[in-house]
Amino acid sequence: MSFILTAIIMFGFWMFLSGELGIIFIISAVVSSLIVAYISHDLLIGKTDIRSGFSNLLRLIRYVPWLIWQVILANLDLVYRTLHPSMPIEPLMIKFDSKLKTDTGITILANSITLTPGTVTVKADRNGEFMVHALARGPAESLLEGTMQAKVRKIEGSEEKRNV
Amino acid sequence: MFESAALAIILSAILVLYRGIRGPRICDRVLAINVIGTKTVVLIALIGFIYERPHFMDIALAYALINFIATIAFLKYREMGRLD
Amino acid sequence: MVDTALAADIGWMDVKTVITGICLVIGCFFIIVASIGIIRFPDFYSRIHPAGKTDTLGQSMVLIGLMVYEGFSLVSVKLLIIIIFIFIANPTATHALANAAYVAGLKPWQKGDRRK
Repeated sequence: MSFILTAIIMFGFWMFLSGELGIIFIISAVVSSLIVAYISHDLLIGKTDIRSGFSNLLRLIRYVPWLIWQVILANLDLVYRTLHPSMPIEPLMIKFDSKLKTDTGITILANSITLTPGTVTVKADRNGEFMVHALARGPAESLLEGTMQAKVRKIEGSEEKRNV
Repeated sequence: MFESAALAIILSAILVLYRGIRGPRICDRVLAINVIGTKTVVLIALIGFIYERPHFMDIALAYALINFIATIAFLKYREMGRLD
Repeated sequence: MVDTALAADIGWMDVKTVITGICLVIGCFFIIVASIGIIRFPDFYSRIHPAGKTDTLGQSMVLIGLMVYEGFSLVSVKLLIIIIFIFIANPTATHALANAAYVAGLKPWQKGDRRK
């Protein structure tokens, strides 16, 4: 199942990139996407249940607009801190336990922390423990309030712990 | 329009190059290389639009992949001491 | 009749060019500010903030401007793929850099320390 799905995704990607419809191009597309799917079908899809993976993808898409708004806020904040003559920064490291369980959730949270105001992920391990470098005290406190963790936990949904 | 955007990106790449030359640690230099690489992706796309060659987008995509892999490979080498 | 059609055509071209120009200006502004930040900030952990955030948004804005200029075609799909890839890969690369520096034992800069 994962083999066929990977092959279809690879074929679609090839068609997007080439845009040629000649018979030789189609044949080479089919052959190379089958080879790639044979080598790497356990990397892209793995043992994920397809249906829950799909609903997770939908929830992820609903999370993206909020993330983009946060990215814009982060950039305005950083532009202010960079161009201010006296550079109002006061760096500190914080540690917290996010209580996330799956690899997907931890990856999404780590990337979101890096993209949102004033914080960069330094260390994230598979038990859900994060170490974050913050530019000032305000961003660190707003991260510890846990709005983002709740949103990412909602994406994670009912998926059980996979990373044994 | 595209030309002036390309010039601005080249200017900012030169600014980052200062950090790459001066950077007191290896980490700073790798950071500078990574940032210059991602700027190069945008620069290639802009050049494709200036000379009206749409195939430059494929090169930009490939360059983005190569740049990311290079950074990750270098950091893995530094962390583990080997690449296998 | 022909004149009005031509005028509408020119009007749309102008709007597209103006939107592209605004996107390019905002993107270039963010990219230059990111470079200034990488030069100005006092230590490595602060320098990865502009590299991870401002650079990502700046490059995406420039590429979005190119997408608007191109209209709907295969080229803009490729640009969209590049944008998605930058949004995933740039924070990951910054995270890997920060982790490598942390493993190597680099201490973060505190307020009042000497600049390095």
